[in-house]
Amino acid sequence: MGPRLQAFVILISLIILVGIIELVRRRKLREEYSFLWLVTGFGFLLLAVAPGIVVWISRLLGTELPVNTLFFFGLIFVLLLCLYFSLRISSLANQVKNLSQKIALLEVSNDSQAP
Amino acid sequence: MVSEKNILVLIPAFNEEERIGEVIRGVRRCLSEATVLVVNDGSSDQTPIVSCEAGARVVSHPFNLGVGTALQTGYKYAVRHGFHYVIQLDADGQHPPSFLSDFVTKLKETEADLVIGSRFLIDKGARIPFVRRVGNRVFSRLLTILTGESLTDPTSGYRAMKRPILQFCVRDTYGFDYPDADFLLTLHRSGFRLVEIPIEVKPRRGGASQHRGLRPVYYVLKMLLSIFIILLRKKSVSKR
Repeated sequence: MGPRLQAFVILISLIILVGIIELVRRRKLREEYSFLWLVTGFGFLLLAVAPGIVVWISRLLGTELPVNTLFFFGLIFVLLLCLYFSLRISSLANQVKNLSQKIALLEVSNDSQAP
Repeated sequence: MVSEKNILVLIPAFNEEERIGEVIRGVRRCLSEATVLVVNDGSSDQTPIVSCEAGARVVSHPFNLGVGTALQTGYKYAVRHGFHYVIQLDADGQHPPSFLSDFVTKLKETEADLVIGSRFLIDKGARIPFVRRVGNRVFSRLLTILTGESLTDPTSGYRAMKRPILQFCVRDTYGFDYPDADFLLTLHRSGFRLVEIPIEVKPRRGGASQHRGLRPVYYVLKMLLSIFIILLRKKSVSKR
C-alpha cells in the first residue's frame, strides 16, 4: 500500500471512529450497537497502520492478492452483521406484537369498566 | 358440558365494514348467548364501529399485525375472560354462521380438541380458485403423510377449539403468520386431537382477499419452511 493510500485509509478510519462516538454522544446510537461499529473502525485503522497483517493472512490462506483477503473477510463480516440485525429485528417484532396485543386487550377491559 | 355462554365466537377483521355487520348478526341469530369478539386488525374503515353496532365486542390493534396475530389476540382475550371454547370464522361472509351449531355439536360429542370445517368433505371440487385448490391439495397430502390423519382442508379458517388449545396458543412460542398446515402439524405433534366436519363456503362478495399479488408464492415457501422447521423440533407431549 502506497503512503498516500495509507494516509487516506487512516483518515477514513478516524472519521468512522469519531463519527460513531459522536452518534453515541448525541444519543442517536445506543452504546450496545456502537460497539460493533467501533470494532470495525479500529479494524480499519489497524489494517491501515500495519498493512503487513493482510499480507501475512493472505500467505497463510494461500490467497494470491491481499486485496482478495480483505474483500473476503469484509464480505463475511457484513453478512454476519446482517444476520445479527435480522435476529434483533425478529426479537423486536415479537416484542412489538406482544405490546400491541396488550394495549388492545387493556383498552377493551378499560372500556368495559368505564361507567 | 358445552354451554353457549362459554363460547367466544372470534372474527378477525381487516377493512370489512361492508360485510362484517351481516356476519355478526348471523352469528347472533345462530348462537344467541355466545359472545362475539371482533379483532379489528388496524382497519382504516368503519369496521370497529359497524361491529359494535351489530352487537360484537371489539378489540382493536393499533396497526395491522396480520391474521395470525389477530387470532392470537382473540385467544388471549378468551383465556383472560375464562371462555372454554372458541369458534373462529372469517369476517368476509364466506363462512355461513348456519354451521356454528354443527361445530357446537361436534365439540359436545367428540374428544377432539380442534374441530376444522372442511370445504372438501361435501364438495370435492369446492369453488375456490384453481391455484389455491392445488396448493390446498398439496398441503393436505403433506399433512396427511406427516400426521397419519386425513386432513382435507388445512387452510380453512372456520374452526372450533377447546381451552387447552387456547392455553397453548397464547404462549410466546405461537408465531404463525398464517395458522394453517404448520399450525395443525404443531398441534398434532403436541398431542392435540384434530377432527374435521363438512362445511360449505360462499363466494367472496367484494373487498380484497389476503391472498393476492405475489403473496401466494410467499405463502407456499413460508409454509414449507415452517413445516420443515417444525419437523426438526422435538415433539412436545406435554400439551396442557
